[in-house]
Amino acid sequence: MQPDISVRHLNKTYGDGFQALKNINLEIERGEIFALLGPNGAGKTTLISIICGIVNLSSGEVKAAGYDIVKDYRKARETIGLVPQELNTDSFETVWDAVSFSRGLFGKAPNPTHIEKVLKALSLWDKRNNRIMSLSGGMKRRVMIAKALSHEPQILFLDEPTAGVDVELRRDMWEMVRKLRESGVTIILTTHYIEEAEEMADRIGVIRQGEIILVEDKAQLMTKLGKKELRLQLQQKLDQVPGELTLEPVELANDGWELIFTFDSQQEQAGVARLLRTLGDLGIEYRDLQTRESSLEEIFVGLVHE
Amino acid sequence: MNLYGIRAIYKFEMARMKRTVMQSVLSPVISTCLYFVVFGSAIGSRMGDIDNISYGAYIIPGLVMLSLLMQSISNASFGIYMPKFSGTIYEVLSAPVSYVEVVIGYVGAAASKSVILGLIILATARLFVDYTVLHPFWMLSFLVLTAVTFSLFGFIIGIWADGFEKLQIVPMMIVTPLVFLGGTFYSIDMLPEIWQTISLFNPVVYLISGFRWAFYGVSDVHVGISVAMTMFFLALCMTTVWWIFKTGYRLRS
Repeated sequence: MQPDISVRHLNKTYGDGFQALKNINLEIERGEIFALLGPNGAGKTTLISIICGIVNLSSGEVKAAGYDIVKDYRKARETIGLVPQELNTDSFETVWDAVSFSRGLFGKAPNPTHIEKVLKALSLWDKRNNRIMSLSGGMKRRVMIAKALSHEPQILFLDEPTAGVDVELRRDMWEMVRKLRESGVTIILTTHYIEEAEEMADRIGVIRQGEIILVEDKAQLMTKLGKKELRLQLQQKLDQVPGELTLEPVELANDGWELIFTFDSQQEQAGVARLLRTLGDLGIEYRDLQTRESSLEEIFVGLVHE
Repeated sequence: MNLYGIRAIYKFEMARMKRTVMQSVLSPVISTCLYFVVFGSAIGSRMGDIDNISYGAYIIPGLVMLSLLMQSISNASFGIYMPKFSGTIYEVLSAPVSYVEVVIGYVGAAASKSVILGLIILATARLFVDYTVLHPFWMLSFLVLTAVTFSLFGFIIGIWADGFEKLQIVPMMIVTPLVFLGGTFYSIDMLPEIWQTISLFNPVVYLISGFRWAFYGVSDVHVGISVAMTMFFLALCMTTVWWIFKTGYRLRS
C-alpha cells in the first residue's frame, strides 16, 4: 500500500537565508499515529506547514494520499485536516458557522449531520450558537479541532495539540485520536509531552536542526535506545563499590544502602546474572530488587543532546 | 472549480456585513445624506445649473461613486486583512481553493456589498432630489465594474498592509483627494485649463464622468474613454493580484 504521506529530499530555506529543513525523507503509513518530536525551532511546524500548503517548499517532493502537494494541490489538500499550534480563531462567528465554513472551504457539500456529530464528539454541541470569542481557551482549541474534522479528512495533523490544555480536555483529545485511528485516519502529531507520544504513537520521528535524525517504531526505539537499570536494596550499608565490581557499570546510592546496575536492554541479560553471582560470592545480601526501563523522554533528551 | 469553497468565503464575508450594518451601510448613507443637505439643498439652491442639470442632481453620480470607492476598498481590504491579522488565514491557505476562487469569494462579497450600498444611496437621494437615469444598463454596468475594480484594489491593499494604519492610509490619503478632485462636485470644464489637463491624470475623473453620462447623457470625457480607463485599471489590479498569488507575497513564505 502506498504511504499516506511521502516526503522526498525536502529542503526549505526561508527568504532570510535560514535553512529550516535539510533533505527530509519520510513516509507515513495509512492509519498510523506518527509522533514528530524535536526541540523548539527544530523544523516541526515548517514541515507540517509545507505538507499542508501554508509554506512553499524550496526543493523536493511531497505527496499526501498519493497526490503531489504542488501539482495536485486540490486533491492533496482535500484529504488533509490541520489543527495548528496557535489558537487562531474567528471572534464574532458562532461555533456552528465557523465549522460549517471550514467544510465548505474544503469543497464539501453542507452536511449538518456530520457537523453535529463532530460538535457532539468534542462536547461543543451546547455551545454551537455561541460566538467563538465568548469561549474559553480550551473550548477554542476544540473549535479548531472541529474545523479540521469538518471535511472528514483522511490525514489529520495536530501541531502541539495539548499545549496549555487542561487534563480533562487532554484526555478527551487522546480518546478522540484513538477513535479516529480506529476509523482509519492517519494522524501526525507534534508534542512536547513526550509521555503522550509514548502512550499514543505507533512510530516516532525525531527532528533536530532541520534534519530527521531518527524514525523508528516506538516499541523498537524503546528497546533499542532504552537503558535498563537494576536497583538492589542492601541489607548492610556499603562504603564503596567492592573491588570485584569496579569494572561493571555499578554505583552506590542512598548513602550506600542501594546498588544501581545500568545495562542496555538490547544486550543479553548475562550481566545481571553475573552481578548477582558476584554479590553472592562476596556475601553481600539484599532485601529487595527492581528493574526499570528508561522512558521515551530520557531517550529523547539523550538524542537531541548528542 | 471549488464552488462550495467560493460560497463559504462569500457567505462568511456577507455575514460580516450583516453584523456591521451600522458601519458598512448606515454610516455611508448618513454621510451621503449630509452631502445632499449641505451641497444639494442648502448651497445647491444658490448655484446655477451645470449642463442644464440642477446642482443637487449633478452631484448624485459623484457622491454615489465616492461611497462606492471608499466602501469597496475598505470592505475588501478589511476582509482579507482580518484573517491575516488574527491568523485564521492558515485555513484558506491550506484549503483546496485556487487563488482565483479566493479572489472571487472575497472580492465578490466586497463588490456585492458596495453595489447594494450604492443602490441604497441612490434610493435615498430620491428623497432629496429629483433625478433621471437615461442609460440604466450603463449605470448598473459602471456601478458593478467600479465596485469590482476597487474591491480588487482594496484586496491588494489588505494583503500589502501589515498594520491597521496602512489599511487606512491609501483610502484616506489617496482615494479621498482623488474623488474630491475628480469632479464629484463640479465639471472639469469649470477649472482653469492647466488644472483640466492635470485632472486627466486622475483615474477617478473617468469613473465619475462615465457614471454621470449614464444618468444625464453629459460627460467631461467621452464615455468610451471612461469605459476603457475603468477596464484598464481593472486589468492592472487583476495582474497585481495574479502576481501576489504567484509569488506568495505576504501570504506564503
